[in-house]
Amino acid sequence: MEITRTVTIEPVTRLEGHGRIEIFLDSQGSVERAYFQVPELRGFEKFAQGRPAEDMPQITSRICGVCPTAHHMASTKALDALYQVTPPPAARKIRELVYSAFFVEDHALHFYFLGGPDFVVGPQAPASERNVLGVIAKVGIETGRKVIAMRRKLRELMALAAGKAAHPVFGLPGGVSKPLTVEDAARFREVADEAVDFACFTMDVFEKIVLGNSGYVNLILSDTFTHRTYYMGLVDENNHVNFYDGAIRVVAPDGHQWARFEPGEFLNHVAEHTEPWTYMKFCYLKELGWKGFSEGEDSGVYSVAPLARLNVADGMATPLAHQAYLKFHGTLGGRPVHHTLANHWARVVEMLYAAERMRELANDPELTDPTVRVLPTAIPCEGVGVVEAPRGTLVHHYRTDPRGIITGANLIVATQNNAARISMSVEKAAKKLITGGQVPDGILNMVEMAFRAYDPCLGCATHSLPGSMPLSVQVRDAAGAPLVVLRRDSHGTVRRE
Amino acid sequence: MKPKIAFYWCASCGGCEEAVVDLDEALLDVADAVEIVFWPVALDFKVKDLAAMPPGSILASFINGAIRNSEQREMVRLLRARSQVVVAFGICAQLGGIPGLANLSDAKGIFAEVYRDGVTPQTLYRENGHTLTLPEFFDTVAALDEVIDVDYYVPGCPPTPNLIRDAVSTLLGAELPPKGAVLAPDKALCEQCPRKDTRPEKLLLKEFKRVHQIVPDLQTCLLAQGLVCLGAATRAGCDARCIRGNMPCTGCFGPTSRVRDFGAKALSAVASVVDCNEQSVIAQIMDTLPDPVGTFYRYSLPSSLLGRRRME
Repeated sequence: MEITRTVTIEPVTRLEGHGRIEIFLDSQGSVERAYFQVPELRGFEKFAQGRPAEDMPQITSRICGVCPTAHHMASTKALDALYQVTPPPAARKIRELVYSAFFVEDHALHFYFLGGPDFVVGPQAPASERNVLGVIAKVGIETGRKVIAMRRKLRELMALAAGKAAHPVFGLPGGVSKPLTVEDAARFREVADEAVDFACFTMDVFEKIVLGNSGYVNLILSDTFTHRTYYMGLVDENNHVNFYDGAIRVVAPDGHQWARFEPGEFLNHVAEHTEPWTYMKFCYLKELGWKGFSEGEDSGVYSVAPLARLNVADGMATPLAHQAYLKFHGTLGGRPVHHTLANHWARVVEMLYAAERMRELANDPELTDPTVRVLPTAIPCEGVGVVEAPRGTLVHHYRTDPRGIITGANLIVATQNNAARISMSVEKAAKKLITGGQVPDGILNMVEMAFRAYDPCLGCATHSLPGSMPLSVQVRDAAGAPLVVLRRDSHGTVRRE
Repeated sequence: MKPKIAFYWCASCGGCEEAVVDLDEALLDVADAVEIVFWPVALDFKVKDLAAMPPGSILASFINGAIRNSEQREMVRLLRARSQVVVAFGICAQLGGIPGLANLSDAKGIFAEVYRDGVTPQTLYRENGHTLTLPEFFDTVAALDEVIDVDYYVPGCPPTPNLIRDAVSTLLGAELPPKGAVLAPDKALCEQCPRKDTRPEKLLLKEFKRVHQIVPDLQTCLLAQGLVCLGAATRAGCDARCIRGNMPCTGCFGPTSRVRDFGAKALSAVASVVDCNEQSVIAQIMDTLPDPVGTFYRYSLPSSLLGRRRME
């Protein structure tokens, strides 16, 4: 008798709503196929039509309340392109300053609350300790306070410049809605200094606890968490990482530059693939085509986010971050690094860059120039805006009528770029862990680690509260009757029912 | 025993969860005062446990997001059955929110726009003997109280930490507010606006400006400068955050208690400043507003008298 079983992990992830993983076992009880499903859709691309283009930065920020600043910024840049207008220097700097503050906040939260527990506390630590409280226990209560205070200060600054931290309002074609005062800039300088110290401190924590432990390093290097794919990210004119602006660079699995193009050409290079079992679309490199969920030179599957950015870039634009970049690649065997879990380290390198960049901009005398708008005069038609969101390349592409009313919108969010590789990572972890029909408790954390490294845009599942990700694994027989349920409660305790 | 509290999200962005985390240290006080028994974003996803709880065993469920698919409808029905009080948390749950703008189309229209390569997601799909399911995507987005009975509302996109703190202490207090209450100040934002003294007593305009067309000054009433600011129709409680950012109010706190249809009220408030009595000129002036539905019903289409665009 065939003993096909279905393993359901729900919820795991969220882009627009919740996520689900369905794992199917063959007659030997080995994994035949794993599906990463996104069971929700909201249809922003449709209801954007008919809206005035200038409202898009506020409307599209509602795609995600965790990274609204990224959508707001991509949208605002799409409006610059649409109206063919270049913001005054102060406006550009205010945008990038806010964006840098946002990156420090977002990356720090991931490190301490989400990814951190896997390493700082340890993947083999009791589940009840593998959460932010465990992190605090390990690094000290003072650090916990530091994280909360840092987040609060950064969000206060974002609200100061952008109106609101959740769903900013300051982006307009050709500038920002208001200038910064001398007092505002002083406050930014003060917090930027703290942010650099905080990022250095975080790097020390990472180096001491993770790199100082050969078991962790081996886990990062292990085949379970490795995929040879293409990588994509924004780079500046020196091919250094840039979050706010630049050209898009793609490197092949062997590390050579495979493409470098302007953001406006994005859709010439990338296409989307639909599967009938999920509401999320999968991006791939158009020239290579969709070859399924496969890696290597021939597959169009590529990856974005911190690891990808460090793989496409020749270095970082600030001194401390560049040192960290060199150490990263030196330790992990050179570019490109294919180890998914190295995303955590790359994220700290980027946090350092964002803080240093924030400090540079906060000290820029031009920042408080009162001229922050150039009024658009061109007749709008089409515009593309690209930024690096914390979770990877984010594209907003609008078409309008001559009045600037949206007639078509295409939004490619960071996690969508990563969707195929996340699916592959989850499947690989499942295949390594499940043999002979055995579903060990450890699958909960190992499968989580496979997707958590990407920091997929789970809404706040991953950005909110202390505690482990809630998970339940159901093993059903072919008729759908539950055989075993594994649950992890809010305290991180796993139990079998 | 601490009172039990649940949080759930439907069609939303996660901004309401961020707003809860923005309580910072106060979050620890809240967590100390209650027992959070269900919060899929942060705690174990215990649907089975929830189903096993006796009716009414949860003091309050805070539900954010609009109702967009069948899974969300099932979950909020279950939560309703287990809760003494249901709070529609944030504007999407209260009035439909920005995801509610999807009511200008339907499932078919949205799928045709989003999935262009000939493949469409299926609620039931079989591949190599594997059966995969997805929730049903509805034609129409609904506000929470169109699907279940709702006791209270916390407005905003997202609600502010102050409102959240006050809402929780109100619910934990001895005396509950009357059913249907919106837990925010019941007055118009204009009354709290830092620019209110600059609004002329008799404000009249011959045209409206779009936000990208002018550079408004930082002190004067934005409506007086020609921008469509909805502060006169919108409930206070947000601390005028957008206006402090030098951008007009877009109405994310919804109406005060005296208003049934937010968009109609907002339209009427804006129309009242049109400086003309002649039909054709009025039409010209109103033409400077290119998107009335998206402007006046941006956060409230599902709950409005309009509800949705007529189905083909």
